[in-house]
Amino acid sequence: MSVQFWLQIILTLLLVVLLSIPVGRFMARVFTNQKTTWDGFFDPIDNFIYRLIGRSATSQAMDWRTYTIHMLVTNLMMAIIIFLVLSFQNFLPLNQLKFPGVDALLAFNTTVSFVTNTNWQAYGGETTLSNFSQMAAITFPMFTSATTGFVVAMAWIRAFTIRDGSSNLGNFYRDFIRFITRVLIPVCFVVALFMVLQGAVQTFDASVSAHPIQGGGDQTIVVGPVASQGTIELLGTNGGGFYNVNAAHPFQNPTPLTNVVLMVLMALLPASIIITFGDMIGNRRQAWILYGVLGTLMILFMLTCVIPEQQGTPILANAGIDTHYSLTQPGGNMEGKEVRFGISGSALFAAITTAFTTGAINSAHDSYTPLAGVTMLGQMMLQCVFGGKGVGFLNALIYGLIAVFIAGLMVGRTPEFLGKKIEKQEIILVSLALLIHPLVILAPTGWSILAPYALSSLGNNGIHGYSEILYAFSSSAANNGSAFAGLNANTPWFNLATAAVILIGRYPPIIFLMAVAGSIARKPITPATTATLRTDTLAFGFFWFATILIVGALTFFPALVLGPIAEQAAMRGGLVF
Amino acid sequence: MLSTVGSALRVSLVTLILCGGLYPAALTVVARLILPYQANGSLVTDGQGGVLGSRLVGQQWQGPEWFHGRPSATTTTDPNDPNKTIPAPYNAANTTASNLGPTSKALQDRLTTDRKALDEAQPDLAGKVLPADVLTTSASGLDPDITPANAALQVERVAKTRGATPDEITQLVSQNTSRRTLGILGEPRVNVLELNLALQQKFPMK
Repeated sequence: MSVQFWLQIILTLLLVVLLSIPVGRFMARVFTNQKTTWDGFFDPIDNFIYRLIGRSATSQAMDWRTYTIHMLVTNLMMAIIIFLVLSFQNFLPLNQLKFPGVDALLAFNTTVSFVTNTNWQAYGGETTLSNFSQMAAITFPMFTSATTGFVVAMAWIRAFTIRDGSSNLGNFYRDFIRFITRVLIPVCFVVALFMVLQGAVQTFDASVSAHPIQGGGDQTIVVGPVASQGTIELLGTNGGGFYNVNAAHPFQNPTPLTNVVLMVLMALLPASIIITFGDMIGNRRQAWILYGVLGTLMILFMLTCVIPEQQGTPILANAGIDTHYSLTQPGGNMEGKEVRFGISGSALFAAITTAFTTGAINSAHDSYTPLAGVTMLGQMMLQCVFGGKGVGFLNALIYGLIAVFIAGLMVGRTPEFLGKKIEKQEIILVSLALLIHPLVILAPTGWSILAPYALSSLGNNGIHGYSEILYAFSSSAANNGSAFAGLNANTPWFNLATAAVILIGRYPPIIFLMAVAGSIARKPITPATTATLRTDTLAFGFFWFATILIVGALTFFPALVLGPIAEQAAMRGGLVF
Repeated sequence: MLSTVGSALRVSLVTLILCGGLYPAALTVVARLILPYQANGSLVTDGQGGVLGSRLVGQQWQGPEWFHGRPSATTTTDPNDPNKTIPAPYNAANTTASNLGPTSKALQDRLTTDRKALDEAQPDLAGKVLPADVLTTSASGLDPDITPANAALQVERVAKTRGATPDEITQLVSQNTSRRTLGILGEPRVNVLELNLALQQKFPMK
């Protein structure tokens, strides 16, 4: 491994930390209605949009129930629009490649997947969707699903800051619009232009026919509005690619520089939201403790991904492939990776996309070494190593509440978090939200490995085949959307099962968490005394870290042992399947 | 309830137009205006309007007179059976990776077969340790690049068929080699299409 190998990783992570501070501060101002430099530009736009939505809807104070209902109904409306666009794309414009309407089951799966920020793709973009569908059914929900997760987190943070027993968590529509107009669209537009400068395509044409100089057949090159989608895909931690191979495609991710930009984009908002959290609750120290806990987890997982990839695999070495790094070639496991990214730029991307549950890929995850598989699966199972937009942050707080509760029981004090008492009702709801995740991963995985109609989808045999199924459901449950793509997911079973897992993994936890926010909001803030168990200390940080690891490991370790860990042993023993 | 549906529908339509319509459309207009070459796919033309390919998208090269790219796992529909696929390297209308795992027998078999074929085509490579990109397929199936080590292995073969000296070809390779961005990012690489175009210009095949 070279100096550059590590420098690239350090540079990327450093950029994330440095950028997350100003962005987090800015978002805190936006969501507490404080003045920002850009108000003069954005206020008229937002006010115009509020008027279109309706004056009463956009000015009412919302308690947790109202906020949640408006969020759910809006998601439903969007789902209907997406489903209709996909199903009838053959009657809509910009369908130069003459694709038929998307088959009902696949359209259902895709709708569910995109409206929930999952971006699980049972289809190949360039062989299924018209440019109109890519914009109206894919790019569109990339903005709104990210925003949905984000505003729920904002409402949640507000619950902890309410001092007067009010139940007002804010206005869903205002939060929704402000995040899109003030954060997502401006950043996307600027970054997307940079991506085009580097070589990303952006056109309404659908394909180019090239005649290679050495003769032979023509090469049909599919193009489209790639840069616009390939930017929000990362910034919104969505992950749905324009092309089947996602950010590995040179038209979406043309250079090593764009690769770093995309990684920073993925990590930016989930990292920033922690800074936002600190500013909104008025306790930056608390935010940095949480940042430290999640950052440490991320670095440990990242190392478990990049080091094994550089070591390569026995079957590559046996074929006479140089797995050692040198100045003129990267070595390592280059199956399913691009030369311009090498090992470091690919494995770091894989670690980040599963940590921040984005699901974009710049290399074939299915071909990764088993230990790297532990990183990818583990981060999606914990779903809070920063995690996706808003939702990952909430999961980290769930673990925090559980840590507070356990610590409180251990030392015999009333569990409090940020001055609010955590009682039986909250712990029950939080535990329910936490338990849904393993249920929707493990149950369908178990079912699938016994079902012939599921096993016929496998792209790899033996232990790795089991990992493909486990990955599919972990990815669906965690709103990730990446895949061990050897699995043929476009079958009735996987379209229905993953859609169900996505829905159950997304909405019930959000509803439970909003109910918690509702009851937290009404509680008075107890002033801290010497008897208070402080949560903004290094000691509690360790406890938080341990809670995440222990609860997570107890839940998922057996499933990992059967998959990637067993495969690691088999691989070292020279077995193939 | 009805008013909730109404406002939810309106916010959906407004954001649909804003995020799914105005944003990509505005970007397309601006990008094609100020960066038309990139926005249209970085196309390489023959000077008379014919498109030879994209400098970002790899092509399948055959024969000893060209530098070869990496193996590609892309496929196309079997013309004899629409439910099956057949290999179609560098198919830029249906991208895919091999998705073969670290303990895959299919991968092991493919590597063994390809190694044997390579050693037969270029006997000087027999028994040598190969750079990591020679036998492995890329993530996109369209990787436009090879490593400098891979290019170096092909210099002698290309020089011989084109009647040039290995030094002349090596010089051409280094002219077409990109370094790491800022000395840190990515890997050194050689763009195969650009190298072959330069090759054809300087040492044309008779």
